[in-house]
Amino acid sequence: MKFTQRSAALIASGLAGAMLLSACGGDDDGGSGASGDGSFSIYIGEPQNPLLPGNTAESEGNQVLDSLFTGLVRYDADAQVQFTGVAESIESEDSTTWTVTLNDGWTFHDGSAVDAQSFVDAWNYTAYSPNAQQNSYFFSNIAGYDDLQAPTDAEGNITGDPVASELSGLRVVDDLTFEVELSAPYAQWPTTTGYTAFFPLPPAFFDDPAAFGEQPIGNGPFQAEEPFVPGAGGGITLTRFDDYAGDEPANAGSVEYRVYTEVDTAYTDLQGGSVDIIDTLPPDALASAEAEFGDRFIETTYGDITSLSFPTYDERYADPRVRQAFSMAIDRQAISDAIFLGTRTPATSFISPVVNGFREDACDVCELNVEEANRLLDEAGFDRSQPVDLWFNAGAGHDAWMQAVGNQLRDNLDIEYVLRGDLPQAQILPLRREQGMTGPFRDAWIMDYPTPENFLGPLYSTAAIGGSNYTFYSNPEFDALLEEGNAAATDDEAIELYQQAEDILVRDMPSAPLFYRVNQGAHSERVDNVIIDAFGRIDAAAVTIAG
Amino acid sequence: MGRYIARRLLLTIPVLIGASFLIFAMVFALPGDPVAALGGDRSLPPAVEAQIRDEFNLNDPLLVQYGKYVGNLVQGDLGIDFSQRPVIDTIEQRLPVTVRLAVVAILFEAIIGIVAGVLAGIRRNGFLDNVVLVSTTLIVSIPILVLAFVAQFVFGLQLGWFPISGTSEGWGSFLLPGLVLAAGSLAYVARLTRTSVAENMRADYVRTAKAKGLPRSRVIIRHTLRNSLIPVVTFIGADIGALMGGAIVTESVFNLPGIGRAVFDAINNQEGAVVVGIVTLMVFFFIFFNLIVDVLYAVLDPRIRYD
Repeated sequence: MKFTQRSAALIASGLAGAMLLSACGGDDDGGSGASGDGSFSIYIGEPQNPLLPGNTAESEGNQVLDSLFTGLVRYDADAQVQFTGVAESIESEDSTTWTVTLNDGWTFHDGSAVDAQSFVDAWNYTAYSPNAQQNSYFFSNIAGYDDLQAPTDAEGNITGDPVASELSGLRVVDDLTFEVELSAPYAQWPTTTGYTAFFPLPPAFFDDPAAFGEQPIGNGPFQAEEPFVPGAGGGITLTRFDDYAGDEPANAGSVEYRVYTEVDTAYTDLQGGSVDIIDTLPPDALASAEAEFGDRFIETTYGDITSLSFPTYDERYADPRVRQAFSMAIDRQAISDAIFLGTRTPATSFISPVVNGFREDACDVCELNVEEANRLLDEAGFDRSQPVDLWFNAGAGHDAWMQAVGNQLRDNLDIEYVLRGDLPQAQILPLRREQGMTGPFRDAWIMDYPTPENFLGPLYSTAAIGGSNYTFYSNPEFDALLEEGNAAATDDEAIELYQQAEDILVRDMPSAPLFYRVNQGAHSERVDNVIIDAFGRIDAAAVTIAG
Repeated sequence: MGRYIARRLLLTIPVLIGASFLIFAMVFALPGDPVAALGGDRSLPPAVEAQIRDEFNLNDPLLVQYGKYVGNLVQGDLGIDFSQRPVIDTIEQRLPVTVRLAVVAILFEAIIGIVAGVLAGIRRNGFLDNVVLVSTTLIVSIPILVLAFVAQFVFGLQLGWFPISGTSEGWGSFLLPGLVLAAGSLAYVARLTRTSVAENMRADYVRTAKAKGLPRSRVIIRHTLRNSLIPVVTFIGADIGALMGGAIVTESVFNLPGIGRAVFDAINNQEGAVVVGIVTLMVFFFIFFNLIVDVLYAVLDPRIRYD
């Protein structure tokens, strides 16, 4: 009898509890106080790492850090560099030695001053390989970088300590001035310094990097008053930093970054009014979101490129005419319309349209031209009887469009294809490194900073082989133009040289540019002035609370 | 009984050691290079990659890696994941979410399932029996992913009865996900109970009890149900063990940061320490709840003795 009595009691209390709880459930958005003090929430995915500028290389963590820190320069919505950050000026006579002068009066959230030392210390920490910071390579063009890398043997085992722990190219002149000596001239270097990797760090960081990663102390428009605990579900709420020294302080009182594992769930929450801004739409919503949200639907071009890269080391793809033919056989517009529903636009250049130096007509072989493609293929003596392997990483939503690319190769060039999309990123990357691609493969690049060089050097220069140059393309002429561009005296000269370098790429086609991503997001009626920049980041400081 | 339980608990130690080694070996055997994938489409600098490999002993042979892992384990250190976060923190953070979800699901499963099963079983082929038959068939045939999205859309967004996602409403956040998670098992429990009850209703002792003039409710609850519960308890016990391992689909759709999603991500990222730590814990839960089931047998059926 005991058994049944107990379970009856359980039923009763369980039901009563359920009713009570559901009665107080529902909309959980707290009151938005007076205008200027309200709070709003932004959808993010789980950041990969603790929130350290030197170790955050993905968009979710970047989004949060962008609210917590302000770098030397800032980028506006059109990816143009603005001196609205900590730097008063960044100047150089020879594009090699740069003098950075800081504005006075900037402080970190804990009150310590943002001075030259806080930049130099942060950069040295990130560049030093035993600290294993993912953004280390951003400092690879600063003199002395190699001395901060631990030596390794042929199998990749570490064999000792780095020679030095501080970059010889960084010199503090006084509190508000430091010098940066690059290992080679780079005229557009100031443009790079707005990226997350270049943010300053206060002395508190060096006392306890782990604690800092949970609750960063930055110099940005928002500050963290609670630790961010990954996986805790809630995310992190940041409050306005009232002593912010920048020109554009936060409009709202606080911002909550809410972590979701599924964008579909975030979208349903947006519809239900319990999250305010999302910067990505789930695939099902693409067709209907614009109509549903009207002027609360946001669309911006993202600074990235997706390409079909060729294994130039493979005899079959060694002839540039073959690669050009493949490029001309792909109807980018059709794929963009039918499969991406407008969230991709056809690429017409190796460089993203958000970058100064982009030319809309840079790549004449990026347009559909079936006749010319077949002519080139015949000329090159390509064996059409053998199928073509198309490689991409599994589980990332590339199946449909890669299949569409394959279908177009089949229809336009009369070549059968085999989809090689079974391997996840962790397995396909080592293959790409070891020249294991047996056919064209999906390649993608998200810009670090808005310069043409960033779309050329890291992907196609000889120096990047072993890095992100997975085509193993190497052309001294291209390398030389890139170097000249880096050393140019002015931006305009640099851009012209980069464009000449790009022309060589169009001729050699190590990779066929396919698409630029279009960011689509939406926001609730509670917020306004929602801007998504070319990095896919929402400018949280600019957001205003309606009413 | 005490000795029996102690012996069973002692047996879990070799099982856990064996399981952890097997899991460790399986993660080790996964093809691919987890460190190379850390940078996404971009390569990490070679010295940084080497540093990470060194830190996680990834260049060592399997037995050396496992030895180092166990060495840390006996000192209470479960290791860290690729983002330097201690595995024990992840478990501490996520386990309560999983436990709550499992508790709610089990309550729904046991209460609704058993009640529906009894109602159907005492009058076989009656109206209620047919209702239960049709509705459970329907539920079992809907994939949980569909069920979760539909429930979230209808009850969360359109009707607003439950929070759409997250854990901000305390136990209230778990009602809808718990019901969704329980749905499939609930149908099984109802079916099991129904069959078992229907069979026992025709047993001699029930007829005797009825003949003695006992009230109908007493006959059903005390005599029929208690005897019918053994297969049901077995099923529910095994189900608790499984639910404690997390529910990836439900956790993802309702944005509940539980252990299931953590282990799913860790397997994808090939984070050995996380996978081994969490899965070994799951194995322990499974053994533990099965032990409870075995003990419950004796409670339900006095004929079963363990000493």
